[in-house]
Amino acid sequence: MVNREATRQQGKEAKRQGGSERIQAAYAALESVTDPEIPVINVIEMGMIADVRVDGDRLVVDLTPTFVGCPAIDVITHSIREAMRSIGETEAAVNVVYEPPWSSDRITEEGRRKLKEFGLAPPSARCESGMASIDRVACPFCNSKNTSLESIFGPTLCRSIHYCQSCLQSFEHFKPV
Amino acid sequence: MSLNYENLAALTPRLREAVVNLLYRMADDELLIGHRDSEWTGHGPILEADIAVSSMAQDEMGHAQAYYQMLHELGEADPDTLAFGRKPREYKCAALVCLPKGDWAFTIVRQYLYDAAEMIRLTAFAAGSLRPLAQLATKLRGEEKYHMMHGRGWVLRLGDSTPESHERMQAALTQLYPYAMGLFEPTEYDEHLAQAGICPREDELQREWESAVAPVLTEAGLKVPEHLEPVYGGRVGRHPAALKELLDSMQLVYKIDPGAKW
Repeated sequence: MVNREATRQQGKEAKRQGGSERIQAAYAALESVTDPEIPVINVIEMGMIADVRVDGDRLVVDLTPTFVGCPAIDVITHSIREAMRSIGETEAAVNVVYEPPWSSDRITEEGRRKLKEFGLAPPSARCESGMASIDRVACPFCNSKNTSLESIFGPTLCRSIHYCQSCLQSFEHFKPV
Repeated sequence: MSLNYENLAALTPRLREAVVNLLYRMADDELLIGHRDSEWTGHGPILEADIAVSSMAQDEMGHAQAYYQMLHELGEADPDTLAFGRKPREYKCAALVCLPKGDWAFTIVRQYLYDAAEMIRLTAFAAGSLRPLAQLATKLRGEEKYHMMHGRGWVLRLGDSTPESHERMQAALTQLYPYAMGLFEPTEYDEHLAQAGICPREDELQREWESAVAPVLTEAGLKVPEHLEPVYGGRVGRHPAALKELLDSMQLVYKIDPGAKW
């Protein structure tokens, strides 16, 4: 929790001290860019924006990908460029970076709430806590923890599949990474 | 350990050559095992297994791409050309990842031995002195954790389930272990990479790997055969015939239309 909070604060802080209107406008435009596999949550809520800055004359967005092999990276990069173009940043650069490494701890509270609403259980644990952490994930529909892990891998790289013994439904979970 | 090489440009020419060689080994292993895993897509024994092996294929190919990208930043060709545009002799993958996919036991044993080796290497890279590689390794480790959970689960389940599953698993292990040892084929660059704090020596990594997999194999009721000769050659471009067949199929589209846009 502390970590998530810290990340969020850092994000806000960056916005504030980045200061310039250009950067604020860029953050605002980024709110409209979503992950095509989970269209309810934007790239900021997802914790994928590592930095926005002005380098010389050019606006630069650093994107830290959820999974290195995520096939949506190109689409997201493209959408970010489009969003930047829409606010007049025609030369904006989007870099894919691994530092900070994306972790599911970077998803904001608002992002977690939206994932749950979407029917996707938010990451159940801190990413380092290992194996036991995805055995008993709270069901996003009825909140029961009487659930079982059905498959470590799901329809996208970032999801596992679970079954709720209380409401008898299968559900997907965003894996802690 | 303190970070000595903040970026790729900080490498000396000799070290740069060593890192290029190391990255080719990593990238080619990932690409090839990813391709072998993808051959299960639509053919897995059960739906969840099919999805899992396909997801792991996607992960490994993504990892290969990240290593190729780093190679590109070191002055090598672009990732697509590196993945699809080379001749078999130019690949630096171990024979383990070239072998045809075999039965499910073979696939599970290969993937488990491979992932365990990769995890050890990534952990070493993450603590190593080359910052861009340490960053990437930190990221990849988080993903590989799920491969390890998956592999360990299947090894334990099949190792002492039915006599047939045990027999197939033991046969796969006996066949594959010498190939897995070949992942640690010594190269002329080992000493230099170790001294620079970028990657420990191969024999050191191998010892660590052996002590990581032994308890799981034992728990699964499987025996590591004794007096094994590792299968070497991959790191210097000597590969089993299976690699050429695989590349012929994998590179087919690229060769017909090298600049194709998807």
